[in-house]
Amino acid sequence: MSAGTFAPRPGAAPLHRQVLAQASMEARLMLRNGEQLLLAVVIPVIVLIGAVEGADRIDLDLSGRPIDEFAPGVLALAVMSTAFTSLAIATGFERRYGVIKRLGSSPLPRTGLLAGKVLALLLVEVLQGVVITAVALALGWEPDLSVVGVLLTVIAATAAFASLGLLLAGSLRAEATLAAANLVYLLLMAGGAVVLPSTAYGGFGDVVRWLPSGALGDAMRSGLIDGAVDWTGLVVLTAWAVVGAVLTARTFKWE
Amino acid sequence: MTSYTGRVSDAAPAVVVDGLVMRYGDKVAVDELSLTVDRGTITAVLGPNGAGKTTTLETCEGYRKPQRGTVRVLGLDPVRQRRDLLPRIGVMLQGGGAWSGVRAMEMLNHVATLHAHPLDTEMLADRLGLADCGRTPYRRLSGGQQQRVGLAMALVGRPEIVFVDEPTAGMDPQLRRTTWELLEELRRDGVSVVLTTHYMDEAERLADQIHIIDRGTLIASGSPLELTRGGSTATIRLVVTRPFPPGAPESLRAALGEAIVVTQLDDVSLLVTGPADASTLARVSRWCDEQQVLPESLTLGVRNLEDVFLQLTGRELAT
Repeated sequence: MSAGTFAPRPGAAPLHRQVLAQASMEARLMLRNGEQLLLAVVIPVIVLIGAVEGADRIDLDLSGRPIDEFAPGVLALAVMSTAFTSLAIATGFERRYGVIKRLGSSPLPRTGLLAGKVLALLLVEVLQGVVITAVALALGWEPDLSVVGVLLTVIAATAAFASLGLLLAGSLRAEATLAAANLVYLLLMAGGAVVLPSTAYGGFGDVVRWLPSGALGDAMRSGLIDGAVDWTGLVVLTAWAVVGAVLTARTFKWE
Repeated sequence: MTSYTGRVSDAAPAVVVDGLVMRYGDKVAVDELSLTVDRGTITAVLGPNGAGKTTTLETCEGYRKPQRGTVRVLGLDPVRQRRDLLPRIGVMLQGGGAWSGVRAMEMLNHVATLHAHPLDTEMLADRLGLADCGRTPYRRLSGGQQQRVGLAMALVGRPEIVFVDEPTAGMDPQLRRTTWELLEELRRDGVSVVLTTHYMDEAERLADQIHIIDRGTLIASGSPLELTRGGSTATIRLVVTRPFPPGAPESLRAALGEAIVVTQLDDVSLLVTGPADASTLARVSRWCDEQQVLPESLTLGVRNLEDVFLQLTGRELAT
């Protein structure tokens, strides 16, 4: 007797295939969304061009050429926008729409879901990096690159901001997450030592360099201006990642 | 022969719920519920909104940990043995479950990728009448289409057992029939189906076994035939224009005799159950005349699940 169409044949796909599928799905959805794209690429590019053009007019105390100073800061901003704001908003609405609940009864384990999200973030960050780097080079950027420094910074910052983004998304309602994630992003962009170095903030710089934004900005600048690894910044980012992850694990509500 | 990957030949029933208690704050959602679902059957959990159907289903799906009692699905603990169980079950939630911007087929294909031997998604979409809206973003689908995507997601992994929560709520009659036929085909192919519903006709038409739940407690179990013929074959429903005088049910019972059960449903309606026939109908009519109440409607019918529920709870299973 031939088996019917729906004859049971259950089984989970290999974990790596599930994680890759989840990552590509999330990355596609992120890039398809207009607001997210604005946040990921358009705003950083505008900030880069605006800062370079504006630096000549207002007298900023910069140690090097404006483009060399701002390009790393804008790359840092792009990492923050994706790993924190985009992730928080997307996850908030996934909770609202029952996506996380639905996937919770699929073969994809929670660790796999998390891995998929992180992979998607890194994928989007690479695309952002390509676009922003191209614009910066066109504006005459001459980086002094430490590959290790930049890679470690991107990974540590993604972990730190993603854990904080999930903390936000897992405890607030979707709309509140949307508002809070955008507000925090704007505040940190303006006063968090991301685009401008923490030394440009005077005495306040000693405070902001301990924020994840300041640590990310300074570490990115070390890796792209001095060709060095900023171990202090990396330790600060890692500490934020650990704190965020512990709090998220305790508070995250899946529904 | 079908080749199975998991341990699917074990003899454990599809679902065993034993003494389940679930509370939300002060409210008891499920109260000492016990029921068994046999493999290869369609089993309906029937009850009004808020009866505890979804909560029960969600403990079977591993979403909630039983506060008291035990739940086993395919012999496994849905919470502790979650990873072993999940690939073997299919879940259709009552609503949602997809990103708002995802296209219907994209979502279905995604869930398919998470499984080892998924169904052909094109075929499945075709069967569920989703072929035309495959590229439509989920948020733009109609309620019925979203539900069918939900059902497709539950089936695509070729599960041994599917849990479907109110599968046809809000569907038009034709779509409901198509969905019923699909569920019947699942049973034919050896899939166990557990569905919650507050539609009597759905349970009566589909289910091999029905568990009626009210206020978190199991109030009756059986096949549709057992439940509807339990000692009586017919019902008479009497609705009058003005509220009954006090003592009306007792007086009617006296007029009809021992074998008849009279249940007052509200101010203006009564349900008469038992070996009722045309002469019982005539006696009810005569009683109305004596009591000076004017019948708005007086109907004799075969006892259906609706009547069973009314008789057991004294309430309509209104939607």
